[in-house]
Order: sequence, then structure tokens, then C-alpha cells
Amino acid sequence: MQMSDLAASGMFLPSQTVGSVLCCICGVSMPPNPANMCVRCLRSRVDITEGLPRHASLVYCPECRSYLQPPRTWIRADLESKELLTFCLRRLKPLTRHVRIVNAEFVWTEPHSKRIKLRLRVQREALNGAILEQSHLIEFTQHDNLCESCSRFQANPDQWVAAVQLRQHVSHRRTFFHLEQLILRHGAAARTLRIKEADRGVDFFFGNRSHAIKFVDFISGSVPVQSRSDKQLVSHDPKSNTYNYKHTFSVEICPICREDLICLPPKVANTLGNLGPLVLCTKVSNSIALLDPFTLRSAYLDAKQYWGSPFKALLSSRQLVEYIILDVEMESSEISVGGSKYALAYAQVARVSDFGKNDNIFTVRTHLGHLLNPGGYALGYDLYGANINDFEVDKYKGLDLPHAILVKKSYEEKRQKRRGKGRSWKLKSLNMEIDNTNGKMDEEKRANDYEEFLRDIEENPELRFNMSLYHNNDYQPSEIASTVGGDELPSVPLDELIAELAISDEEESNCGSMAE
Amino acid sequence: MCAGNKNGLLVPHSTTDQELQHLRNSLPDQVIVQRIEEKLSALGNCIACNDHVALTHPDLDRETEDLIADILGVEVFRQTVAGNILVGSYCTFSNKGGLVHPHTSIEDLDELSTLLQVPLVAGTVNRGSEVIAAGMTVNDWTAFCGLDTTATELSVIESVFKLREAQPNMIVDEMRKSLIDSYV
Repeated sequence: MQMSDLAASGMFLPSQTVGSVLCCICGVSMPPNPANMCVRCLRSRVDITEGLPRHASLVYCPECRSYLQPPRTWIRADLESKELLTFCLRRLKPLTRHVRIVNAEFVWTEPHSKRIKLRLRVQREALNGAILEQSHLIEFTQHDNLCESCSRFQANPDQWVAAVQLRQHVSHRRTFFHLEQLILRHGAAARTLRIKEADRGVDFFFGNRSHAIKFVDFISGSVPVQSRSDKQLVSHDPKSNTYNYKHTFSVEICPICREDLICLPPKVANTLGNLGPLVLCTKVSNSIALLDPFTLRSAYLDAKQYWGSPFKALLSSRQLVEYIILDVEMESSEISVGGSKYALAYAQVARVSDFGKNDNIFTVRTHLGHLLNPGGYALGYDLYGANINDFEVDKYKGLDLPHAILVKKSYEEKRQKRRGKGRSWKLKSLNMEIDNTNGKMDEEKRANDYEEFLRDIEENPELRFNMSLYHNNDYQPSEIASTVGGDELPSVPLDELIAELAISDEEESNCGSMAE
Repeated sequence: MCAGNKNGLLVPHSTTDQELQHLRNSLPDQVIVQRIEEKLSALGNCIACNDHVALTHPDLDRETEDLIADILGVEVFRQTVAGNILVGSYCTFSNKGGLVHPHTSIEDLDELSTLLQVPLVAGTVNRGSEVIAAGMTVNDWTAFCGLDTTATELSVIESVFKLREAQPNMIVDEMRKSLIDSYV
């Protein structure tokens, strides 16, 4: 029976003092050990680091500062970092199978010497079961070799491997402004080589197919899209049977945008439970939210459902017309639909262009009863004056089109007062290459679109949710106190703004995150 | 396989009659050669003795123990050495001194020394081997050790078994200078 077992069972054990014997080689007095030799004699007889390598080599890419793990992986690691330590130990693993590594640390070497020194403490059994521990130095020689992607990049910096072509077939660019802010916020375009603006869309170029796929996934999660991918053979190595391709992903964003008036095709209206054929689009994320303004019923269409039977918008926000509200009669109380509040009401409105000139007054049913006041302004679609040429509308026999559909409240007058004073916040933008071939008209349209987009952000707090707004240091708030009574111009509250850090991009990426 | 002292020699049951006769013929008449029926037949591993005291394996039969006491004329003690039951292999002693397994604790050493009435030391033989009696054999004036025994081990053996001074004429001198003991 082992002594420890005896002790564990509670028996009395007399104390055992370990005596000392003489080392059989050198005669120095020492406590007995399995080899019965003192440590020095043992170490001089047995070298446990016998089979261990003293030199090894690493392949290093100076461009991207990564080390090669054969056959093909490159691992990014800094000098004297944890990753480099694990990498070196992994390279040594097959050679150190017979010893146990207790400790490993770097010995400092000059950064330009191309040598990395590692000190290991190894343990191994020697002779009759005595375990020896010894320290061992290994020197790694660093050989420089550009990794594949860096060499490809050096040879032709414009060389891309994967491209994502985002397109939306509408006449404005609001979706792309919105997407730009989303991309900036989530850093989805961190791996792009180039971003190029094209007519009706944006192209993103990547060095790696998986980066492109990740980007496409991000976009599919933000807007409803339909995508297809193709590849083109660039080169072929018949000896090792490798093929280099250029991959292209064609991503089409659905043409329905916020505040669009849609006449649903009969089939779609039926699947959605006979939703009145005229609906407004209230929100576009990875699914489209539709609201019937006369019954306050809402429905959602996700990407698959939409692209199964696609339809176009009847009128879009460019065709909004301003109305002045003459009278409001509430029909129902305020209810909450999908996070936003609506109230059914009858309103007497007149077009601002008609007001004062003639007596054209329309009585319309609207879902904005809680926002409208007599004397206020609203923007809406003028169906009375519009010339509608849509197939879908013709399919409905006996459809009674209302004269106007009000969409949102207008702050135009207040904006006139504040024109040119700037905003207290600003947005960042991606560095796109702009396609300037179409001339001045487009630039004006683009500037208008951007201004609309900024207004949209101001008016809708839920849109701001996914964006980062930065403090505009150049803005001076005016001294004149703001308006007397009634509605104020909606603006972004100060606590939502992020203070922008004035440091260069390189330092930013080193620090990691921006301070708030 | 066998254990003995000046009084007798004990051999295991597997000894043939011819061998027994040969042994009796070769040894002097005072030495009784006796074959014993014992389950543990490797008597050399189980019994360690000198002319006065014997240490035996704790599981030895009672009859065997009586036989040992009778034939060898010794006092028998059942003991273990450093936790090993094969006392005959892990320690060896003569009438002058003894060498035991190196891992023996100090208390055990004292206890054994009191039992055996000889000075004991813990040491090794054959370049650090712990199996003492398998590496050497000793009597009052000579010892034989294995080829690998290092000089340190030899000096330990010489000193504990008092072999340096063990020339026949030196024994007489030894009795005169009795006060000073020499140690390594």
C-alpha cells in the first residue's frame, strides 16, 4: 500500500525525514532521487535538448507583415506578440514531440536583424525516471517573400478579384446615401479596394471573393435585394490545375423607396389579404413595410416575396406636391401601427399652387390626422392632376382614385427662414470615384437629392438609428430665439451627436474605436 | 536464492539432491545446509542476515522464521526497507556495517540500526542503482562490487563496512584505538 493511501485512511504515520545520500559520481551530499546523481552530474551526462532544433526559418511578407504557414495561409502577427509566439511554437511542434515545453518567451533582437529568438524551458525524463528541466534557445531566421495577394497587388494595383455592382432602377439616389451611412457605421466597406459610382448605382471592388460575399450579405440584410453572381476566367495553370477568376456579383435593390405611392398588382393585393390597391411604402429595411392610408392596415413584404412578383411604384417622392390644410376632422383616435402613430381623419386641403387663385378644394381621407392642423402645410401626391399610365391601375375595374393622398407634414416655410444657416451636425462619406461624364445637370440633381436626404434624417429619428452623426464644429447657432408657438422645425438633439476626433486615418485604425 | 551465515546455509525447495550434496561437501562441517519448503523461494531476496541478526520479508511463513532462528542462530526481525518488502535485495549488512536503499528515511535508518546493532548508511551501488544486494556482496573483511560502481560509492562502502582497516592484523589494532571513528 502506498504511504499516501495509508495517510489518507487516517492511520498514524510516523514522520519521515528524507535522509541524504552521496551523489554516485561526484560525491556531493544530496537528497535521494531516482537517478541518484546530483543535478549537475545528471545534466552533464544527459542533454535533454539533444534532438531539439536550434535554428529554424520563417517566411515573412513585409507588405502585409504576415508570416507564411505552409502551404498557403498567411498569418498576420506583430513582432514579439502572442500570435507570433503561438505561430512559432506550432511550427516547432513536430520536432518537439518528445519533450514537454513548460515556458516560452522571446529574447529581444533588433527589429531589422531578421532574427527572432525564442527561449524555451523543456522538461524530459532522463535515465531512471528523473525529470530534468533545461532552458533552450532557438533562433528563427526571417526570409522575406511577398505573399500572393501583395505581389498581385504590386504588379497591378487596380487588379480586383471580386466586384459587387449595386443597382437600383429609380431616378434618385436616396437609397445610396442611406446605404453609404449604414456602411460607414458598420464598417462593411473596410476591405474594398475601390469604390466607383455609376449611373443608377455604385460598384465595389474587392481583392478576395469572400470579402465580396460578406459585403453582399450585409447589403441583403439592409435592403431587399436580388443578386446573382458570375465569374470570368483570368488565367489557368494547367500544371497545378489552378484557375484564377474574376467574380462579379450583380445586386439589384428593389425600386420601392420610402414614401412611394404604389398600386399593388391584384395578385399581390390578394396574398396580402386584399390590401387596398393603393398603398404607401413607410419603411424599407430588409423587408418593405406597406401601409394602406385609408384603413391603416399594414403589411410586410420580404425580398423573396417581392421579387417573386415585382412591381413598380406609381408615384415617388419627387412628385410630391404641397398642400395647405384648411380643416381637419378626426375620425378615429390615434393608434399605433408597427411602431408609428397614425390617426384617420378627413381633411379639407387645397394645393398651394391653387390657393388664392381658384377655389379647388379637395376633401381627402388621410392617415396623418394627429399631425395636421388647419393652416399647416403638408406634402402629398396629387392624383387629381396626375396622368396615370400604369398597367396595374387599369387591371382594377371601377377603382375609385382619391384626389390626393397626404404623405407627410411640410416644414417648407420654416426651412425658408433658416436657409443658409447650416446644420449643427454633419455626416461622413465614403471616398467614391465619381463618374463625372454626365455634366452639370446631374450634379444639381445630386445636390438636391442629398439635401432631401438630410432633411429626411432630421425629420425621422428612426432613420438615424443606424447612422453616426457628427458634431459640426463650424456651425454657430443663431442668437435669435426660435419660433413662437406651434410646430418647431425638427432638428437632431445634441446628445445624439458624436464628437469627431481630429486625428488622421492611420492613427484611427491603430486606436481602434472613436471616442464618444 | 540462498541466504546464510557462519552457522548455516538455507536453500530453497527447488534445490536438487545432487546440488545439496555438493554444497555439503564443499562447505566446512559446522555449516548446516538445509533445504526449506517455502513459498517465497528466492531466499536471497527475502532474507538479509549477518552472524547475529536477520531481517526477513514480512510475509514469510512462521515455520521458516523458526527454521532461520534455529539453523542460522540469529534473531529474526520482519521489516521493510524504504517501503520495499524484498529486504534481502534492498539492503545488505555484515557484522561491521550495512548499506541500505538510498530512499530510506532517517527514522527508518535509526530504527534499523538499533535492531541490527551495526552502523547503517543509505547509498547506492553500480552507478546509482538502488538494488544494493544485487550489486555487491560483502563479508567482514572483503566486498565485491559491480563493474559500474563509481569511486564515491566504493568509498562509502569501504567506510561503512570498515574494509579499509580490515586486514587481519589491523583488527587487533582496531580494538586498541577504539575512540576515534572515521567517516567520509
